[in-house]
Amino acid sequence: MQTFQTDLLCIGAGLAGERVAIEAAAAGFDVTCLSLVPARRSHSSAAQGGMQAALGNCAMGEGDSPDVHFEDTVKGSDWGCDQEVARLFCDNAPIAMRQLAAWGVPWNRVVPGKSTYFKGGKLFEKEEKQEKEGLITARAFGGTAKWRTCYTSDGTGHTVLYTMDNRAVQLGVVVHDKVEALSLIHDGENCLGAVVRCLKTGELRVYLARVTLIATGGFGRIYRESTNAVINDGGGLIIALDTGVVPLGNMEAVQFHPTGIVPTDILVTEGCRGDGGTLLDKNEHRFMPDYEPDKSELASRDVVSRWMTHHMRQGLGVPSPYGDHLWLDIRHLGCQHLATKLREVDEICKNFLGIDPSKNLIPVRPTQHYSMGGVRTDKDGLAYGLKGLFSAGEAACWDMHGFNRLGGNSLAETVVAGMIVGAKVVDYLRDHQVSYPTGLIRDFAANQQDRIKRLISKADGKENVFTVRNAMYDALMHGAGIFRNGKDLEACVQTLQEVHERTNKIGLRSNGRGANPELALALRLPGMVRLALCVAQGALQRTESRGSHAREDYPERNDRDWLVRTLATWQPGAPLPTLNYEPVSQVWSIPPGERGYGGGKIIPADPKE
Amino acid sequence: MARNLTFSIFRYNPQDPVSVPHTDTFVLDETNHMTLFIALNRIREEQDPGLQFDFCCRAGICGACAMVVNGRPGLACHTKTKDLPDAITLMPLPFFTLVGDLSVDTGTWFRNMAQRVRSWVHTDKEFDPKALEERMDNAVAEEIYELERCIECGCCVAACGTAIMRPDFLGAAGLNRLARFVLDPRDKRTEQDYFDIVGNDQGIFGCMGLLACEDVCPKHLPLQDQLGMLRWKMGWAGIMNLLPWKRK
Repeated sequence: MQTFQTDLLCIGAGLAGERVAIEAAAAGFDVTCLSLVPARRSHSSAAQGGMQAALGNCAMGEGDSPDVHFEDTVKGSDWGCDQEVARLFCDNAPIAMRQLAAWGVPWNRVVPGKSTYFKGGKLFEKEEKQEKEGLITARAFGGTAKWRTCYTSDGTGHTVLYTMDNRAVQLGVVVHDKVEALSLIHDGENCLGAVVRCLKTGELRVYLARVTLIATGGFGRIYRESTNAVINDGGGLIIALDTGVVPLGNMEAVQFHPTGIVPTDILVTEGCRGDGGTLLDKNEHRFMPDYEPDKSELASRDVVSRWMTHHMRQGLGVPSPYGDHLWLDIRHLGCQHLATKLREVDEICKNFLGIDPSKNLIPVRPTQHYSMGGVRTDKDGLAYGLKGLFSAGEAACWDMHGFNRLGGNSLAETVVAGMIVGAKVVDYLRDHQVSYPTGLIRDFAANQQDRIKRLISKADGKENVFTVRNAMYDALMHGAGIFRNGKDLEACVQTLQEVHERTNKIGLRSNGRGANPELALALRLPGMVRLALCVAQGALQRTESRGSHAREDYPERNDRDWLVRTLATWQPGAPLPTLNYEPVSQVWSIPPGERGYGGGKIIPADPKE
Repeated sequence: MARNLTFSIFRYNPQDPVSVPHTDTFVLDETNHMTLFIALNRIREEQDPGLQFDFCCRAGICGACAMVVNGRPGLACHTKTKDLPDAITLMPLPFFTLVGDLSVDTGTWFRNMAQRVRSWVHTDKEFDPKALEERMDNAVAEEIYELERCIECGCCVAACGTAIMRPDFLGAAGLNRLARFVLDPRDKRTEQDYFDIVGNDQGIFGCMGLLACEDVCPKHLPLQDQLGMLRWKMGWAGIMNLLPWKRK
């Protein structure tokens, strides 16, 4: 078995992983990044919109500051975030954007003079100032008081990731791509590296490291319908949870986006509705005004997703071989508008559906989009529970998003958190040495080797891995989707526990040799079901509605009892996660108040005098 | 009216001593809006769980799923079955090392390319976290973005006559990458520096001008224009070098 040794092992080579890697490499440490795919294919590349940072360069961003950004972020989180972390993030975001500019990101820049823009389908005019010419500009995003989202056309994630990877190449960061981490190596106190399977040859390898970083992105692929890349199956979270000592934070906080296209769940932007697109049911009836007479399609993401789901539950969805869906109608906006303002949507419809959105309706449904939960870390990015284990990006619950993250804050988080956590990793590497007990390492590797052998030889059963995975999908979509209630969540938890049992009886139908994809799924699935159980059990226990977590039987936000973060750990062999709770924030710069959208009653926290 | 589609798919697992290269046939009923992403996943789940292929974003953004579809390199995720005949032949991209079936290793080649063209902004300036960002003309930023849209799918080199004959050819993707930095005012490399990288048969002089790279590029990048621009610039730098009073 090949063994590699390095100072910093980054599991995940997207924006967060590479940003941390760069910080350590620049300080002279050896860094190896592991990635399921070539680094530049990471899901970071798919982000189109942009990154929030209060630069205040553009006309509509005038007067912006980290304070205003902080307030937006805390409100957006529905007071579920760690305010100290949100503050760190907002203060550092402008530095991170400028640094990216120096490294080569072709940010769109301020062009002085008059120009027009749309808001709510109406045309407005603005004038950019001469003295700001050539500085980084910004666009509007939902939930922000100012135009604050820095962008490069509709390819922000792509350009930032390519620039980041260029920087990593320059600094000699080693990337091993097409590999998958199967378990962390730890002694219950210290994290020492990982056991990894090569996805080119199927062979197992051992990586030993003084610091291990989990930056594997979201876990959207535990849901059948997700906008996430197919690699976002929670691998990093699974290996953290499997230690039994590292908790995952707020796993029940899962964001759904209203308009994923059917069948492939690729996102079409909120801009469609912003510019006047409507949602229709199977009778081509516009239903949103029935539920939300004022805002209709322009209510917030979570609100629109909820009504769409409700409407389909009434039997008014359009049946299809891929399940029920609704229609998005942007035909009336005209070819000219689609070709210029909604170019990306026009292309997605033509490339992936083979339809012309100026003539045809677009099939859409609410789709899992973002995981606010993840490996719980402190403000330095250090995971709870194990020394030498850090986490950053969507994989982490750092926790600046609380229960509903704002658009443009997720892509920015990868880089800003990477910068801050990277500096802490460097400090840690300077101060800490470890020793590697060979017996322990051998046991961890042997354990994975044994799992592989048993799967190939069908030693534990003949369950079909895809059938079992579909059972997880069904349970989760039904019970822990957009709407949640006690009865369905209980059923969901119970079904998932049965599914979890079945994952122990999977046997391969193929021979499992080489880079076998059936084996890869079989190795990952039990962990995916455990993540699903953390979501469902966390949601069942949380008897309130906050941000994206909407309980039909507890519609009010309950600050009195639930101003807390869920911490889920999994004891080896246990049937369910153990849930503990901690206060959401140690620091309260802004006391809990109205979010300003989405409505709902609030049960206030008891005065603490 | 639903069609039955017949897929002929290349099969070979280099890690399996009993595997030999061959073609397997799978039949699938066509559904609305079916893409090769949907079709291949259904084949894997319903008929052959060992079938190897790569998808990542499945939205035309990451470049993972390039393969040869009925003789032409392209992205499987946005290839719709309704644009294809009933008989569909799928082969892995040539040129790259085969991982198995339809999966190839593009990562190693592209990482190596990035190192060869020294794919980063070369500058002496230290980043100052307290200073404003350096200004840039928006039109220049947009021009750079147009070239930076490459997704490293590998279609261009897989379709390239030169690349098939000389594996050390930088290919359209490599030349386009360098052109991106030539355009970038932040990069302080001289024309001679660039010439040292691409002024040879592995670079701009290797291209035979067959134009396949641009024909198959799923992002419609102006690959031949970049090659032409580089040749012109490098040629000019070469002439300057011949003049003793201009030589550096």
